[in-house]
Amino acid sequence: MKRDLTLPIDGATARELRVGDILFLTGTIFTARDQAHLLMLEAQKSGEGIPFDPSQMALFHCGPVVAKRNGGWRIISAGPTTSIRMEIFEDKYLETFRPPIIIGKGGMGDRTQAALESVGAVYTHYTGGAGALAAARIESVEGVEWLEELGMPEATWFFKVKEFGPLLVTMDSAGGNLYKDLEPTIAENVKAVMVRIDAD
Amino acid sequence: MGSMTIREALLAALKQAATVLPHDVVTALQAARARETSSMGAAQLDAILENVAVARDGSIPLCQDTGIQTFFVEAGVHSPFLKDLKGWIGEAVVQATTDVPLRPNTVDPFTGKNPGDNSGRFMPFIHWELVEGDNVLISVLPKGGGSENMSALKMLSPGVGMVGIKKAVVEHIVSCRGWPCPPTIVGVGIGGGADIALKLGKKAVLREIGSQHVNPEAAELEHELLELLNMTGVGAMGVGGATTCLAVHVEYAHRHPASLPLGILVQCWADRRSRVRLKVDGTAEVMS
Repeated sequence: MKRDLTLPIDGATARELRVGDILFLTGTIFTARDQAHLLMLEAQKSGEGIPFDPSQMALFHCGPVVAKRNGGWRIISAGPTTSIRMEIFEDKYLETFRPPIIIGKGGMGDRTQAALESVGAVYTHYTGGAGALAAARIESVEGVEWLEELGMPEATWFFKVKEFGPLLVTMDSAGGNLYKDLEPTIAENVKAVMVRIDAD
Repeated sequence: MGSMTIREALLAALKQAATVLPHDVVTALQAARARETSSMGAAQLDAILENVAVARDGSIPLCQDTGIQTFFVEAGVHSPFLKDLKGWIGEAVVQATTDVPLRPNTVDPFTGKNPGDNSGRFMPFIHWELVEGDNVLISVLPKGGGSENMSALKMLSPGVGMVGIKKAVVEHIVSCRGWPCPPTIVGVGIGGGADIALKLGKKAVLREIGSQHVNPEAAELEHELLELLNMTGVGAMGVGGATTCLAVHVEYAHRHPASLPLGILVQCWADRRSRVRLKVDGTAEVMS
C-alpha cells in the first residue's frame, strides 16, 4: 500500500506499517553511518546525550555529497549506504533512540529484526546508487552535527524532505521480512544451478 | 571531446565517470528492465534508469559514493611524460573533489581522519603497466565501497577445476544478496597468485559490457557464469528478479601447480569508468 507520511509519526502508525508498503516521507530525516551510530551511543552512555530527538525523524543510512554554496549547504547526491554494516549496533541504537523508520539498502539481520519488533519500527529500502534521484527530493539541509570529527560522509546531516521515496518496507514490526521470504526460492534456484554445473 | 591538456582531460574524465554512466552499461540496464518479470525488481531498475537520467542531465554524481579513485595506466615506454603522470593524476583528483564535487572518501585507518580531498597514503592508487609506444592510456575507475566490500579471494584446491570455480562464484555472489547494489558486473580473476587474481578481476571489470575474452574458453566461462548467476533470483537490489548480474568478465594468468587463486571482484550497477589518451605531443583526449 502507498502511504504518504509526515514526520514525526506516532507509535501506532509505525506499528501498522507492513512489508510491501511503499512510503513517501515529508519532514526531517537525519543521516547516520557507522561512526555516527557509535558516537551517539557513546554520548548517551556517558550521560552527555545528543542534541536532537531521533524518535521524531527517520534514520537514513547515508553518507552524502554536500557542497558549501553561497554560505549554506547544498545537497548534491544522497542515496542509501549498505545497511548491514550497522547490524552490529543497530538493535542497541533502536532501543536507545527509537527512530520509527530506518531508510537504507540491502536489508539487515536478525538482531535488527528483533529490535524493530520490540520498538515498533520498520526498515525501508531505497534503491542503492540512486543518489541523484534522492537529492532531487531533498528540499534543504537543515543542519549538521559532528562534521569536524567525522568528516562529510560520516557526519549526521539533517535533511528537510518532501515526498521522499519510494521507500519499500522490507522489514516490519510484526516479523515481516521480504529478504527472508525470498530465501526458499533462492535456495531452490541455487540447488538447480549446482546440479547444472555438475552435469556439464 | 577535442584535444586538451592532460590536466583538463583528467578533470573531464573524473567528472564524466562520476556523472555519466557509460553507454554499454545503460544499454544493459535497459535490456534488464525489458525482460524483468518481478514487479519489485522492475521498480528498482526503473529508479536506477531514472537516476541515470537525472545525474546525466544535471551533471551531478550518479551515486553519493563517488568511490576511491583508482587508475589503470598503460604507459608507453617512449612517452616523455611518465615522470609527471603521478603528480598530475593526484592533482586532478584533489581538483575534481571540489569541482564535480566528489565525496571525500579517503580515511586514515589509524586516526579515522579524512583529509577532505581524496588524497592520502597511496591515494589515488595507480596500477602501472608498461607497454610499447609513446602514448599513455589512463583508465579511471571510481569504485564504490559497497561493492568493493563484497569482493573476495578464494584460494581453491586445483583439483576442483572449472566446476569448483563456477560453484565458488555462484555461492559467493548469492551470499552477497542485495548488498553490492545488483545488478552487478562480476570480474573473475583466475590464477597468478592471491594479489594477482584480485587485480586481474578488477582489471576485467574495466572491459565494456558486451565484449568477450579473446580466449574462447574464457569467453565460454563468462557466458555460462552470467546465465547461472541470473538463474538465482536474487535480482536488482536483492529484492528478487531475473537480473542479478549484467555481465561476467574473466581474466586469467598461469598459476602455480599447487594453487588455484580465484579473485571475485564485484562492481555495482553504477559501473563508472572513463579513459584518457595522452599523446606524445602533450595533447590529451577523453575517450568515450
